Amino acid sequence: MPKPRLLASSTFRLAILYMALFGISVLLLLGFIYWSTAGYMVRQTDAAIEAEVVGLAERYDRTGLPGLTALISERMAREPNGPILYLLADRRLQALLGNLSRWPQGEEPRTGWLSFRLEEDRGTAKKGHAARARLFRLEGGLNLLVGRDVHELEKIQQLIVSTLTWGLALTAVLGLVGGATISRGFLRRVESINDTCREIMSGDLSRRIPVRGAEDDFDQLAGNLNAMLDRIEALMAGVRQVSDNIAHDLRTPLARLRNLLETLCAQTPEEHNRELLDRAVAEADGLLSTFKALLRIGQVEAGSRRAGFQEVDPAELLRDVIELYEPLADEKEQHIEAHLLSAPKLRGDRDLLFQAFANLLDNAIKYTPAQGRIWVALAGTRVIVADNGPGIPPEARDKVLQRFYRLEASRSTPGNGLGLALVAAVAQLHNARIRLENNGPGLRVTLDFAEGSD
Amino acid sequence: MRILIIEDDAETAAYLVKGLSESGHRAEWVGDGKDGLFRALEEDFDTLVVDRMLPGLDGLALIRSLRAAGKKTPALFLSALGEVDDRVEGLRAGGDDYLVKPFAFSELLARLEALIRRGEGEQAPRTLLKVADLEMDLLTRTVRRAGRNIELQPREFRLLEYLLRHSGQVVTRTMLLENVWDYHFDPQTNVIDVHISRLRSKIDKDFEGPLLHTVRGAGYVLRAEA
Repeated sequence: MPKPRLLASSTFRLAILYMALFGISVLLLLGFIYWSTAGYMVRQTDAAIEAEVVGLAERYDRTGLPGLTALISERMAREPNGPILYLLADRRLQALLGNLSRWPQGEEPRTGWLSFRLEEDRGTAKKGHAARARLFRLEGGLNLLVGRDVHELEKIQQLIVSTLTWGLALTAVLGLVGGATISRGFLRRVESINDTCREIMSGDLSRRIPVRGAEDDFDQLAGNLNAMLDRIEALMAGVRQVSDNIAHDLRTPLARLRNLLETLCAQTPEEHNRELLDRAVAEADGLLSTFKALLRIGQVEAGSRRAGFQEVDPAELLRDVIELYEPLADEKEQHIEAHLLSAPKLRGDRDLLFQAFANLLDNAIKYTPAQGRIWVALAGTRVIVADNGPGIPPEARDKVLQRFYRLEASRSTPGNGLGLALVAAVAQLHNARIRLENNGPGLRVTLDFAEGSD
Repeated sequence: MRILIIEDDAETAAYLVKGLSESGHRAEWVGDGKDGLFRALEEDFDTLVVDRMLPGLDGLALIRSLRAAGKKTPALFLSALGEVDDRVEGLRAGGDDYLVKPFAFSELLARLEALIRRGEGEQAPRTLLKVADLEMDLLTRTVRRAGRNIELQPREFRLLEYLLRHSGQVVTRTMLLENVWDYHFDPQTNVIDVHISRLRSKIDKDFEGPLLHTVRGAGYVLRAEA
């Protein structure tokens, strides 16, 4: 399973979404701030210009052009460096009067608001400063321009815009960093839950999710999951206990029954009846060995035999297994091919490993038809038992490792359906990985023991 | 043979006493560990059958005390504790064999008789094993029957050696696996039968009178046909 990456994590995505919403909110907020500060100042300026224009227009209405020019001159004289800009120009935009020497370049004489740059110094208004003006058209084609130097206003506007832009950028950066940091924290805790789950799935049901002790929601989740795992473990132990108890408790009366049959057999004079009793004893023996195998799997799975692990030479075990089973293969005219390279010693249980190898070879001999071939190989920490028999269909390969699972085709052959389950339990006890594969044709069972397995 | 059964379960004990008596042995029973130790020390039994979990004194301690007192009576543990470690513990304490409950009576009988024989034949190491006209020389590692050499594989040699050492007694398949192959495990198939029939084809096939017999429901016995 791939580890979840930061960008793909739901918390990070949530953080990004939240950041986007927050960014829009900040943008709206900053927009309002801009409107209510810079916008207010623009409106104030416009109102001042408007008032001036209205005053001049009234004078013009009452006194005509001479009165107007007199008023403009008087105002300019009173405040030579004042903020108000005046320009009276004729219909060809030639300057007649005012504190601007000529008509602003590129500006059409249309009524309404004009924006332009000053082309010369004029008191506090410097060349290049921004200006804003209103054009007022007089009768006779005269154009009156009344405006103000809005350089300060423009500077404040720029300052506000740049402040707001930086603020927005800062919000984005802080949001990203914060989102990533928080996500990483969450991710780490989710990952610790995932790690534990993976270990449990690989067979170690005793693992639990670490709890921080902060009693937060993650601790609650971990606590609940742990409680659930406790419950599952208890239930599984219970099921195992019950099946072990059944096997154990049934074994004693069954052994008694077997012994009674044996006694009866010894006291029966008729050969025919003795044969029947012998068969009954053999059936009882079969049942007893099934119970024994079941109990053994339970014991192996409980893992208590790890305490008795010792150095075991896998090559020697395999040689002994082959030597023990070769006569069986000979009877079916099967050929066992052994490739046993010298291998490092394993730490393990000698009898259980022998049992596991014996079960694999026994199966190979049992299910491979006469004159078939069987391979036993050892290389390093890998043991392979393969045959060219009918094999196991892919969908059944996991199931045959469970207790009592038998393929439809093998129900007629003797066996209790526990052989491979025991192999799997022994493999797990030794931290070995077991793989069942197609040998094209046949079955290939591979056991991979961990290097320096313990 | 006198056999002392130290077992607290009266039903099992009665069954053992009856079965052993029918097989021609004299079996006596005590149900308590302390009484068992006392009788095993005071009297001369040929073998002891000891349960591990006993009132008064547990089986392991009983055998330890017995061995500490220098008493060498062969002892077989009969216990419900069947893990490999339990077996090792039992043998370390001074037990000579270990059988897990539930058991087949024929298995117990075969093991007890093997123990008694071992107690008897302990005096001198033998170099020649013989049944009827079958001879095994342990020094030259040769096998002859009716004066003819028989070639055996190493494992067949060990198998025959074990059968010869216990000639006249029933040996079970489990006993053969434990003593000839030295593994405690459950063969899913009766592999031992195939080895026996191979051995039989070498030592019996071309000769007068079979020596290696199958005992139904129990195992095998090597003996001159009576």
